[in-house]
Amino acid sequence: MAKLTMLDRILLLLTGLLAAYQVVAGIDGKPTMVIVAYTVAFGVLLIAGLLILIIGMEILDSSFVAIVATLIPLSLSLGIVAEHFPQWQTTYLLLVVPGFLFVLVTRLLMPGKPATLSLMVVHGISGLLIFGLPIYLSLTGRTPLGFLLVGVGGGLIGLGGLLLSFLKTGHPILGRSTILAVLPGLLLLMTAAFVFGFSLA
Amino acid sequence: MATSAQTHKLASQSVFFQAVKTKLGQYWKLIKSLQTGLLLATGMAGYVSFACPVTNFSTLAALAGSLFLAISGSTVLNMVYDRDIDARMGRTTGRPIPSGQISPRTGLILGLGLSIAGVGWGLVLQPLFGLVVFAGLFFDVVVYTVWLKRRTPWSIIWGGISGGMPVLAGRVLAVGEIDAVGLLLALGVLCWIPTHIMTFNVRYYDDYKRAGVPTFPSEYGFGVTRLIIALASVLAAGSFGYAAFLIGLDWGYLRLLSVLSVGMFFLAGVSLIRPSEKVNFGLFKYASLYMLNTMLLILLQAI
Repeated sequence: MAKLTMLDRILLLLTGLLAAYQVVAGIDGKPTMVIVAYTVAFGVLLIAGLLILIIGMEILDSSFVAIVATLIPLSLSLGIVAEHFPQWQTTYLLLVVPGFLFVLVTRLLMPGKPATLSLMVVHGISGLLIFGLPIYLSLTGRTPLGFLLVGVGGGLIGLGGLLLSFLKTGHPILGRSTILAVLPGLLLLMTAAFVFGFSLA
Repeated sequence: MATSAQTHKLASQSVFFQAVKTKLGQYWKLIKSLQTGLLLATGMAGYVSFACPVTNFSTLAALAGSLFLAISGSTVLNMVYDRDIDARMGRTTGRPIPSGQISPRTGLILGLGLSIAGVGWGLVLQPLFGLVVFAGLFFDVVVYTVWLKRRTPWSIIWGGISGGMPVLAGRVLAVGEIDAVGLLLALGVLCWIPTHIMTFNVRYYDDYKRAGVPTFPSEYGFGVTRLIIALASVLAAGSFGYAAFLIGLDWGYLRLLSVLSVGMFFLAGVSLIRPSEKVNFGLFKYASLYMLNTMLLILLQAI
């Protein structure tokens, strides 16, 4: 597997720093559930950036990483729902927990198509929420327009998830080396969109 | 136009400066700058954990100077004593003493000089601080390196205790006594040491075996070693987390510390379930980064 370039390392480091900033300073004063959800989301992003930096892109082949990475869209969407639609918080939580367990079980016990399918379903639903809710909220005036950036981040996370998922199924949209080459930049753009989007909300 | 004498003089100066640069580089390698820097960071974090915001920069600078000299001194003395082991291990055979770049006698004089200067400066700064610095040096050089390292893998406990002394010393200098937070921070370093050293023991298993140094992997096997690494990671994170809470770290910093701790548990867990050299060495690097970040968070709080 290709080694990380200096640019990759800088992009991953910046991703980690942005995610760390969000965990430290970007979520204070929100309800507990929201803080927990965003801490998990940005925490996993931070750890993912660090692990790719330390171990290399090979880490993405680990099934453990695929399982843990599911926490990013799940907890981010949970945070958005809990913050802006608190009446739906419990209902959505009851979908998030089984969704995560679904990915966990299929990844560990049923590798292959069932595992990829579960990943696509869970990523798809949570990704759509991260993409759609900020757009709805900002266009209806319930949040400042800058919150749209979170939707952009949702789009980017969906794009990254799709590229990696199709790669895993053996029907890649782009070549493996191309996907791995754009991944650090995609991660940084996505994190930046989330961090600035939340700060503008 | 330069005369032949001037050209000769310039060439001589260039050779002289090159020789000085090379020699300084060799001495720099003797003090293991990264490890010394990490321990120095723990000492400074220990100090600012109580004296924050830091207003007495001259004391902080003196603490850094004293610790730098003492830690460097103990590292040089270890290198002198372990030169026979280093010569048998591929990883360390190129170090300045086994490779003959610096003589053991010169290393001994340098190590003793640095150690005496560091402890002496510490004693002048504050007697209890100086004593803790001396204890760290004594445990590291005498108990760990000279007495136990070649006899038992459990020697790393003493290595861990000496590793915890800089952060305790920093705390002592600020508080004036040994308190619970200082002990917790030192305990955190002690529990972190297995993650740091044992991952190295696993990576360089053959080297240690060849040199006749008993390690956990050679005595108890890789599985037990990885289990101890995982348990030690949990204990280290718990100690640092509780100490950080008692220090009064902001919630944001506590959250980040928790996230970084979970990252270490994750890697230790993966190393336990699906061991590989890549993950093992990744854990080694992550553990160093974790320690540095933990200390940075405590330092940042003081700003």
